[in-house]
Amino acid sequence: MSGYWAGIMAILCFNIVVAYSVFLPAASGQLNLGAAGFVAIGAYSSGYISTDLGAPMLLAILLGALVTGFVAFVISFPILRTRGVYMVLATFAFAEVVQGVFINLEVFGAAAGYPVAAFADLNVIVPLTIGVVVFVFFLMTTRLGLSMRAVHDDEPVATLFGVHARFTQVTAFTLGGVVAGIGGAIWAHNFNYVEIQNFNILLSIFVLLYVLIGGTQTAFGPLIGAVFFTLMPEALRVSEEWRFVIFGILIILMMVVRPEGLVTRTMLDRIKGPFIRRKPAPVVDS
Amino acid sequence: MPDSVLSFQNVSKNFSGLRVIDEVTFDVERGSRTALIGPNGAGKTTVFNLISGVYPIDQGQVLLDGDDISTLPVRQRINRGISRSFQNIRLMPHLSAVENVMLGQHSHSRSIGSLLFPLGWLPRNRWAKQAEEALAQAGLGTYPGEVVANLPYGVQKRIEVVRAMISEPKVLMLDEPAAGLNEQETEDLRLLLEQVSERGVTLLVVEHDMQFVRRLCDQVVVLNFGKKIFEGLASEVQEDQAVKEAYLGTEDVGDAA
Repeated sequence: MSGYWAGIMAILCFNIVVAYSVFLPAASGQLNLGAAGFVAIGAYSSGYISTDLGAPMLLAILLGALVTGFVAFVISFPILRTRGVYMVLATFAFAEVVQGVFINLEVFGAAAGYPVAAFADLNVIVPLTIGVVVFVFFLMTTRLGLSMRAVHDDEPVATLFGVHARFTQVTAFTLGGVVAGIGGAIWAHNFNYVEIQNFNILLSIFVLLYVLIGGTQTAFGPLIGAVFFTLMPEALRVSEEWRFVIFGILIILMMVVRPEGLVTRTMLDRIKGPFIRRKPAPVVDS
Repeated sequence: MPDSVLSFQNVSKNFSGLRVIDEVTFDVERGSRTALIGPNGAGKTTVFNLISGVYPIDQGQVLLDGDDISTLPVRQRINRGISRSFQNIRLMPHLSAVENVMLGQHSHSRSIGSLLFPLGWLPRNRWAKQAEEALAQAGLGTYPGEVVANLPYGVQKRIEVVRAMISEPKVLMLDEPAAGLNEQETEDLRLLLEQVSERGVTLLVVEHDMQFVRRLCDQVVVLNFGKKIFEGLASEVQEDQAVKEAYLGTEDVGDAA
């Protein structure tokens, strides 16, 4: 694989992982505009653990993810007290605080950035990404996943049926933090340099767009959204000066045509329909 | 003395100074099919919301099997045996019919292990099988995998009833279950509820379709302007003067419906 395509592939993996970090809370009804903050924590912490503490890279990635998950867990309690646009603002504010902290921390190189020694190539990044995708797909088929989607659709009714909405949302937010930490670790060990400027509001907005354009109803949404947003600008390179104009128009068209996202439950059912015809369950006498 | 499973004792509720439930007391006998009726705005759905914990009560007590559940958190009431449906459909629109019904099983599967049990990856697992059978029993066997937002109103209404039933409640509260159903669907629903009742589940039903009430219920509680005006046998409600006046505002009536 050429260096160009290896680079695209690494970015694609990073985008997919970070998209899932936003999808998990979104699947339980929480919009996170602070993905960049969590990614930054994952990048700096895993980089520090592998470079300064000398831990093996995979262990550093794991620990970086756990550190980010812990921060997400702690921060979820005040953030989950907010709703709707206020939650969006709260997560955005969190990311800004993270940026402000790292830019002043000399131990992480402050504004100059932090060099990371160990290199993660595609042999590390791709399996990690596949692992995240499989984990999220698995999670969404579990009762916890069902609870998340129920809380997303109608929190009061989910509560009436015994779902602990707060537990579900905190869990989703924390797992999102862990996944964002993996994304940050991938970034740190693939680019070997962590600069806080890379984790700005634009990253948070783009990642949220991957999820919203891809669709929050199924675990396919963030995957399709991230693939679309990563590969489409590359595919449009044939028209160098117009590619971002065309890309912008495509996004607007998608929002008009498919306001619930590219992939919806109904669409998946239509695709599955001709292939899977389930026999109705037998009527059992009570 | 009748064996009361649910007791609503001297309960009052105010909204912005307006008293919508005024010192209402009634008992629901174990295994009975009790209708809660009254004109629009009488406070029937508010009573359901007070029992299920959607609204906190201002005064009085709600007893389930003699225990005060008035201060119990909303999500714990289903564990104690209270389950309900809604006047306006409140299914999860992006979930399939079987997933909506599986939500009704949630109170039976709250351990960490069962939270991480892959319902979707093990086809026809215990939970899915039970939910599909419950749907089939309600005549909805062809819909389990369908996203509910795409289903007809009558089907959604019945799925909501199945979701409430599957939690195996002591008291199943149904808020206008027959609203919007055609004649055949209403009759199918009545037969289904009779089956549920025969299993020992107590039914508390808010319903405007008096024919449905007469055929299903044995006990009736009537509310008007937040006050109880009648409590007794279904066969006696039509002869009650206060009930006639509440519905028609005149003494010269033949049928409260």
